[in-house]
Amino acid sequence: MLAALIALCAGCATNGGGDPRDPAEGFNRAMYAFNEGFDRAIGKPVATAYRDVLPDPVRDVVRNFFANIADLFIGVNNLLQGKPLDAATDWTRFAINTLLGVFGIFDFASEMGLEKHDEDFGQTFGRWGLPDGAYLVWPFVGSSSVRDTAGLILDFNLDPVVAHRPKGVRSFMVVTRALGKRADLLDAGRILEEAALDKYVFQRDAYLQRRRNQVYDGAPPRAESEAPREVSAQRGVPHSALRLIEEPAFHDAATASPHGG
Amino acid sequence: MLPLIARVAAVAALAACCLAAPALANDMAPDLLVKNVTLEVMDIIRSDKDIQAGERKKVISLIEAKVLPHFNFNAMTAGAVARHWEKATPEQRARLIEEFRTLLVRTYASSIAAYKDQKFDFRPLRAKPTDTDLTVTVRVMQSGAQPVQLEYDMEKRPGGWKVWDVRVAGISLVANYRTEFDNQVREAGIEGLIKTLRTKNQSLERATVAGAERK
Repeated sequence: MLAALIALCAGCATNGGGDPRDPAEGFNRAMYAFNEGFDRAIGKPVATAYRDVLPDPVRDVVRNFFANIADLFIGVNNLLQGKPLDAATDWTRFAINTLLGVFGIFDFASEMGLEKHDEDFGQTFGRWGLPDGAYLVWPFVGSSSVRDTAGLILDFNLDPVVAHRPKGVRSFMVVTRALGKRADLLDAGRILEEAALDKYVFQRDAYLQRRRNQVYDGAPPRAESEAPREVSAQRGVPHSALRLIEEPAFHDAATASPHGG
Repeated sequence: MLPLIARVAAVAALAACCLAAPALANDMAPDLLVKNVTLEVMDIIRSDKDIQAGERKKVISLIEAKVLPHFNFNAMTAGAVARHWEKATPEQRARLIEEFRTLLVRTYASSIAAYKDQKFDFRPLRAKPTDTDLTVTVRVMQSGAQPVQLEYDMEKRPGGWKVWDVRVAGISLVANYRTEFDNQVREAGIEGLIKTLRTKNQSLERATVAGAERK
């Protein structure tokens, strides 16, 4: 284990791209390699066994159970983000699924048209105008950022599952939840493996894009610096594709107001 | 350990699988086009016995026949190669487009099996009839999770509506390849990027062949 860490840190110094969003790339790549190693040795094999042993409906029950508990603080975050109607939806979902859905193992609320949201404190800070800050990778947690790490600390401290006692039950639930999440990502992991030239970079950019999208609830403001149409026609490229060529992907994330778009 | 984002990367692949070519695609409204071909391709995927058995070659030819005609790979590649596109010769551009297309098709092919049981929610188009550049939104419903939003950025071209970027949960495929491509070009030039893509495609090709032989 120690030897593996030393071997990892030998790679810390080589810092290829020098991406301004990722000043700690050396550290991050070492953490990433550690997580990959852990996943190869333990995470993926155990999650694969979990998926192969348990039938789909059972795994749905596990997923729904934890998703229901999460709805409580999703509602809190929606309220903090100034979306009381969404918060009301989240808590109504929690009430319906807890009572009718047998402690949340069935998601009746979704069938009734009460759509699930996805919020956390990192997104709330983003909504309040905090930029991502540096990209960070943490052991076992994976991709994060300075802002999202602060959010994660709050998420963790307020997590009803983590607060549950006795500790034996708590640990069982935390592990089961993580296992279920990892199992849900098995196909995605295989596809990432195929799609990426450099998995670290691919995953980092996807994380930052996705978080930005989440902060803006799926409707981030788009950078509009469109070139004249005749220029794009010459190149055979849609004029709006040119904004992808000229614009760095995330430059406006820090400056644009969440409510501006 | 993989962050949640990986799931999203996977659904990205699905996004492109969902576009196939019905007759008269030229005058079809873009949202209708996306809907029809999504349902058509998913129907074939669910009913074809060879595909169910994991026949990758057949999935790939399905995608090539039904999906590819609706993508503007020229624009996607130019968007991903970004500022280096200007430096590439026409011959290099052609090879880049070819290799990038091959990579995307293979990625789609492997994701399609994983997502065949999902339900889709086709969103109403929010555009004026005169618009020539718009976004078609489809949502993939999942149990115990927020729906994943697929957005097809499409432009009206002489041959009908063409997709020039796909965004999955806000992750633009084109933008996501841009840093990777930029790193490659800065390290080894345009030729280096082409070589990396070709090597990647060849290793995926070998894996496909090996998978077929195992059966």
